Amino acid sequence: MNTEKIQTVDNNTACVNASEQNHPTWYNIKYVLVGIIFGIVFVKAEIISWFRIQEMFRLQSFHMYGVIGTAVFVGAISVFLIKKFNIKTIHGEEIVIAKKEFNKGQIFGGLIFGFGWAITGACPGPLYAHIGAGFYAIAVVILSAIAGTWTYGYFKEKLPH
Amino acid sequence: MEMKDLSAPWPWYIAGIVIGLIVPALLILGNKNFGISSSLRHICAACIPGNLPFFKYNWRKEVWNFFFIGGIVIGAFIAINYLANPNPVIVNEDLKKTLAEYGINNYDKLLPSEIFSFEALFTLRGVVMLIGGGFLVGFGTRYAGGCTSGHSIMGLSSLQWPSLVATICFMIGGFIMANYILPFILSL
Repeated sequence: MNTEKIQTVDNNTACVNASEQNHPTWYNIKYVLVGIIFGIVFVKAEIISWFRIQEMFRLQSFHMYGVIGTAVFVGAISVFLIKKFNIKTIHGEEIVIAKKEFNKGQIFGGLIFGFGWAITGACPGPLYAHIGAGFYAIAVVILSAIAGTWTYGYFKEKLPH
Repeated sequence: MEMKDLSAPWPWYIAGIVIGLIVPALLILGNKNFGISSSLRHICAACIPGNLPFFKYNWRKEVWNFFFIGGIVIGAFIAINYLANPNPVIVNEDLKKTLAEYGINNYDKLLPSEIFSFEALFTLRGVVMLIGGGFLVGFGTRYAGGCTSGHSIMGLSSLQWPSLVATICFMIGGFIMANYILPFILSL
């Protein structure tokens, strides 16, 4: 019995939050805890290191391939089990996985992000971790990334999708 | 002994397992799909929506994402201050030789201080890498509809082929930049 709902995410109104429930703001503390674990792993496994990203793109190390590959493997098994056993959220809600609709943005945007990833040695998660790890100059990179996101929003209708 | 083990860099399989488990953790805790780059959009929506339809939505419903990011910052702070590896970063010898040609020799920290510092912002190389690179990350992730977490981990974990397309393009873009364009930028 596969009863999971697929939620189509419209890029214009999109959110990655599938929950329909309203909770007090302090309920969000649990995401801080998940973030802390993520942040510790980011630093301790050197995922936030510019050197590790250069090694990855120059095929000089297996490390990052191992990290991403294992994460996908564990994530895929988890999603499979959630669907198979129809596992609910802790608030009893049915779990919904956002459906990714294909458009050309995944190609053009993907290439552009790839360029930025190799230059900065960071995707958005590590950028935030850099601040916690004391690399304050990265605040400039984050502000520029916000500007990039805003610029995309400004030109969105003119770009091929 | 225990602390010594924790202070050494953690292997890829530990990191991979923990990051993979974030996918079900967020789903089960509150139906949240793992993703980080959308936070950049929520910041735009909250601070500078500029009357653009792309930023007109109820960002308050996405506030969990800011809590998640706050946690990442705290976690990184804990790791660097209390679990830090006292030794220089171990880096591939070929890469070290290449980087030495561009004056990068400092392996004390996870990022080379020759590039990622406020002083570097007064050099053309620093401007291109920090400001230009950051812009491409923000523009590209939103154009692609996700980053390494949203597409490569969440999207691939839920077997969605558009995320595979995105991930392959992330890698192609990174390969081209790191091997063919970055050498010019580093020599600026």
